[in-house]
Amino acid sequence: MHLSADQLIFWQHGLLKLNGTIVYTWGLMLVLVVGSRLITRRLTTGISISGWQCVLEIIVLGIKKQIEEVGLRRPERYLGFVGTLFLFIALANLFTILPGYEPPTGSLSTTAALALCVFVAVPFYGIRESGWGRYLKSYVEPTVIMLPFNIISEFSRTLALAVRLFGNMMSGTMILGILLIVTPFLFPVVMTALGLLTGMVQAYIFSILALVYIAAAIGDKGAKAERKT
Amino acid sequence: MDNITIIAAASILSAGLTMGIGAVGPGMGQGRAVAAALSALAQQPDASSTITRTLFVGLAMIESMAIYCFVISMILIFANPFWNHVITQAPGK
Repeated sequence: MHLSADQLIFWQHGLLKLNGTIVYTWGLMLVLVVGSRLITRRLTTGISISGWQCVLEIIVLGIKKQIEEVGLRRPERYLGFVGTLFLFIALANLFTILPGYEPPTGSLSTTAALALCVFVAVPFYGIRESGWGRYLKSYVEPTVIMLPFNIISEFSRTLALAVRLFGNMMSGTMILGILLIVTPFLFPVVMTALGLLTGMVQAYIFSILALVYIAAAIGDKGAKAERKT
Repeated sequence: MDNITIIAAASILSAGLTMGIGAVGPGMGQGRAVAAALSALAQQPDASSTITRTLFVGLAMIESMAIYCFVISMILIFANPFWNHVITQAPGK
């Protein structure tokens, strides 16, 4: 029994290994890119739009609304990053219904890479929005004594993001593997359905947490404006 | 008992203990959080979207404690570094 798609090796040549995580990640990227390319090739603004365009509009507008609700005023700025995170994780977790597929999010390297993206994006957006001085000042915000704790929290929440997604997805596959030995056929199906729900919730949580961290780095300007209305 | 037996017994026992004790705290925490969110929803149904989002984020934070325990116990059972170390040393003895 293997823990993640990492142990699934398709092709090996010396030190170069092509494991399941890489293959499935590139497959997902291919599905996402080709799919969106095919759909957005002929967009119309008329009254009758194609079904796929409607689906895409619902997804994009939904993500945009969520970004606005967190308290970020210009959602277009963050739509690319957060939307990509959500779509990738959601699709990676959704494809577990296909037989033979193992979610790349069940491997610690994928989730660590995603968490590192958030780790880099948070200061990037913070500096772009409020400048170097005000962003660096936010580290000594209540008092200077809090400086080491603020820095530690940067790292610990990145670790938490990575391990949370990894643990949830890995436990899904793990429980399925154990249940297939104990009670085959019917009960694993129910657990797969539960795993789909967990996967979607985890995708939502990952992107919402990324948004909350970005909103905290930018400052509470937007959130305060929202509270007044 | 030789080293291998001791490590195997300790790993299995502590994996079970990790999961068992580690699930208690997050379970209680999540129960309290959901109860508070439900009463808040009953009082203010208008604020449901904010409450639900905050609840999900909070639940994820609480749940990560249990996930850490789970990852630790999985490492102890399936990818135990001490066990692997002893196993690789064993033929040399």
